Amino acid sequence: MAHRYKDFRPRLVSDPMRYGLLALAAVVALAAPMAIFPLFLVKVLCFMLFAAALNLVLGFAGLLSLGHAAFFGGAAYAFAQSAKVWGWPFELSLLFGVVVGGGLGFVFGLIAIRRQGIYFTMITLALAQMIYFLAVQAPFTGGEDGIQNVPRGTLLGVLDLRDTHTLYYVVLAIVVICLLLIRRTVHSPFGHILGAIRENEARVTSLGLNVSRYKLLAFTLSAALSGLAGALKASAFQLATLTDVSWHISGEVVLMVLIGGIGTLWGPLVGAIFVVMIGHFLATSGLPVSLVIGVVFMACVMLFRRGFYGETVEYLRERVLRDVSLRATAGREGQK
Amino acid sequence: MSTSSCILEARGLRKSFGGFVAVSGVDLDVETGNIHALIGPNGAGKSTLFNLLTKFIQPTAGDIRFKGKDITHAPPAAIARLGMVRSFQISSVFLHLTVYENIRVALQAHGRDTWRFWRSERGLHRFDDQVHELVCQVGLEPLIYTRAADLPYGRKRALELATTLALDPELILLDEPMAGMGQEDIERTSALIRSLGGKHTVLMVEHNLKVVADISDRITVLRRGEKIAEGSYDEVAANEEVRSAYMGGAHG
Repeated sequence: MAHRYKDFRPRLVSDPMRYGLLALAAVVALAAPMAIFPLFLVKVLCFMLFAAALNLVLGFAGLLSLGHAAFFGGAAYAFAQSAKVWGWPFELSLLFGVVVGGGLGFVFGLIAIRRQGIYFTMITLALAQMIYFLAVQAPFTGGEDGIQNVPRGTLLGVLDLRDTHTLYYVVLAIVVICLLLIRRTVHSPFGHILGAIRENEARVTSLGLNVSRYKLLAFTLSAALSGLAGALKASAFQLATLTDVSWHISGEVVLMVLIGGIGTLWGPLVGAIFVVMIGHFLATSGLPVSLVIGVVFMACVMLFRRGFYGETVEYLRERVLRDVSLRATAGREGQK
Repeated sequence: MSTSSCILEARGLRKSFGGFVAVSGVDLDVETGNIHALIGPNGAGKSTLFNLLTKFIQPTAGDIRFKGKDITHAPPAAIARLGMVRSFQISSVFLHLTVYENIRVALQAHGRDTWRFWRSERGLHRFDDQVHELVCQVGLEPLIYTRAADLPYGRKRALELATTLALDPELILLDEPMAGMGQEDIERTSALIRSLGGKHTVLMVEHNLKVVADISDRITVLRRGEKIAEGSYDEVAANEEVRSAYMGGAHG
């Protein structure tokens, strides 16, 4: 159906180029386990989903949360507990993880969402630390040991997830579906309102909308998807530990989003791959991981603020927009 | 509701910031269908009064009734939903969005199509005809795909006016709608505001006295947080206190 007006989304690259890149990404994703240890790839996928979920609030709603480890780690515990102790099937445990992540996100959101800027951030951090404390104290979490030997089970009773290749493809499918969901959310009626709130909150209020509720929905969605990422990681590594709920994880995932490109769909994925890989390769090199990541982060802030991917996109966008703006101005002059 | 011909009634509105009294005991009645101007020298409390009426600031004392309903304690978003929408003094548009998207967001908010995160944005094209009508009204049709950030100042104000109209409010509050506009835009906007009278009620703060004289049905003059005169332009212009306020102020 033809519409009177077009959505203004300038093409940054030509269509053949775009489909070519997508096809390349698909081939790499499908072929990767032949060259790389599948379990490592699953870890990358989990963090890609986690970073993309955080970006939904950080990039698209403008809320910096330092509490996302609570959703990630909380869901990991929920998965481990339900799969191992209660003997739930894989899918149900996964769903339980999503519910726990989303539920915690809803509660965190209710408490923190009306606060602005740094106050919001500090409240999310404080709440996440309370979850960490609970994880240390509660008997079922196993304290320092965590919950170990969590069974992976089967997907719908058919696909045996003990096979790491099968596991990889299942996780890949789930993550891709979630990324598509995030993409849809960003480009939905709700996503448009969210974008408007990020731009000018007072104006959205004056349009008659209660901005807190929209932020709360975005935050809850983000937390639920972070929970899914945590549950997937727990299933893959058959383990839920204190590391998953610690504030380091919250910081690391923020870093992934910033390094990759805040407020873009692909940026967090790039950032997650980068940070997980650095961690992996430095682990055996003897160099202190956090020091290297810190230096990378500083370089990122000073040299390319929008992140690897974001900076590239912005360069292309500015070029295209300048052309469009010039044409619009020329059109107007011509009419006078 | 004895004064049902007034869409907005404020009684004894007062706001103090610490020791400073910005608005002290102002009564204001805005008649339905009128174009009502609020004037006064700098620092008279016009913007504060505006913020009080739309509840962006909570009054220290006094009460406000909109369509006979007490809104003294209602939050700002609820007031907008009741049909009282404001614009801001500093141009308030979504800078990174195009003219089209700016207006469409407002229509979307009005239509309450705001929650569906699982639906495609393609559905938003059903607002296109309304967008078209609004951009033609304010003369922004040729700039439909321009980002708001790239618009000249006067056009940004026109865009803001269009987004306000998109909500089809019964009462429109305009905070200096012509500030920073060129002559051509002023004429266009004056005509537009005048055309709103009757269907909508307009309450506006405006410095340009010629515009005020041209389009207002009723004028309220504030000085140092107090109402010093009210009436038609001729009545107000004849008032001694108003003359001295303007002679003493920066405006001639």
